[in-house]
Amino acid sequence: MKATAFALTLVAAAVFIHASSALPAFGTADAPASAHVSPRYIERGYEETGAHNLVTAVLADYRGYDTLGETTVIFTAGLAALLIIGAGAAWSWEGRPR
Amino acid sequence: MTGTWVAWLHYWLTGGLLLVGLYGMLAAPHLVRKLMGMNIMQTSIIIFFLGLAAKTDATLPIVPTDDPAPAAAAYINPLPHALMLTAIVVGVSTSGVALALILRIHRHFGTLDERDLLSKLRE
Amino acid sequence: MKQPFGSAVLEAAARLLAPFVLLFAAYVVSHGHSSPGGGFQGGVLFAAGLLLVKLTRGDPSQWEIGPRAALVLACSGVLLFAGIGLLPLAWGGSYLDYDAPPLFADPVAERVLGTVGIEVGVALAVAGIILLVFDALAGWGEPERSA
Repeated sequence: MKATAFALTLVAAAVFIHASSALPAFGTADAPASAHVSPRYIERGYEETGAHNLVTAVLADYRGYDTLGETTVIFTAGLAALLIIGAGAAWSWEGRPR
Repeated sequence: MTGTWVAWLHYWLTGGLLLVGLYGMLAAPHLVRKLMGMNIMQTSIIIFFLGLAAKTDATLPIVPTDDPAPAAAAYINPLPHALMLTAIVVGVSTSGVALALILRIHRHFGTLDERDLLSKLRE
Repeated sequence: MKQPFGSAVLEAAARLLAPFVLLFAAYVVSHGHSSPGGGFQGGVLFAAGLLLVKLTRGDPSQWEIGPRAALVLACSGVLLFAGIGLLPLAWGGSYLDYDAPPLFADPVAERVLGTVGIEVGVALAVAGIILLVFDALAGWGEPERSA
């Protein structure tokens, strides 16, 4: 089992080494990830949203709907953890600290 | 810096971290160790994405008031930072759900070792 | 947490640290639009400050947010976020379009207000969920012991 896992890891390593040659060099300013919408966020972000912190401008304003979905995801995960623990145990709200 | 192998070192290191997590998830028989492997994989992916945001000679994506026309090359890309901020919090909540499941498994079977669990499931 | 594992050193440190951690959480949330920080980081800090006291002092501390209050906190955070998103619809804007309501003459001021409101909602939700998950994992683990 350990040998199979090691062989699979080696296969994944070969795929990564092959794929990394196609990635842009570290610190390239015009890499594809920084070319499409990112210049607009940097150049107009403060002017349009009033947020000095561009990460907040992207998170709460340009992509606010994303953040709403993400907040729902963690809320659902918290409820799931609560129900997984609570189900089966003789548990109730009574006698619990508020 | 471009053109030398150093420019790709970031990808190899994060890829190595991902392989450490992958091997841990595949080879470790204990469920908590599998969860730790999953968290290591998550962390490596987050560092990989933050590396994609880097630009040489650029600063933090915080625009001061005295810069009326910020240039795109002077600030690093804020988009991967915003995406990874949400990924970190989602990772914390998935770890919470996984730990809750592990706690329930331990309460029911009395063990977290995969081999013992399989033999108990076959009975 | 039934049994605390605090010693005199831990308790003195927690006593000193907890108020400053909570204050720093408020700072991180409220300055999220002008300096590094934001709702997620501030919410996690707020939960960490409360959990520090809970871990060192245990149940008798009387200084904590219980699971019921944590659930209310998380629900109110998500509802605040969704409610701020719904508000512009009344003035004919789209969902989460903060500058649709005619509150100020400057649309950028309205966007700042909407951003801060959403950060507060996210912070409440994250803090509530982390406290809830901690309570679930630490306090309710053994059904035999807790009647």
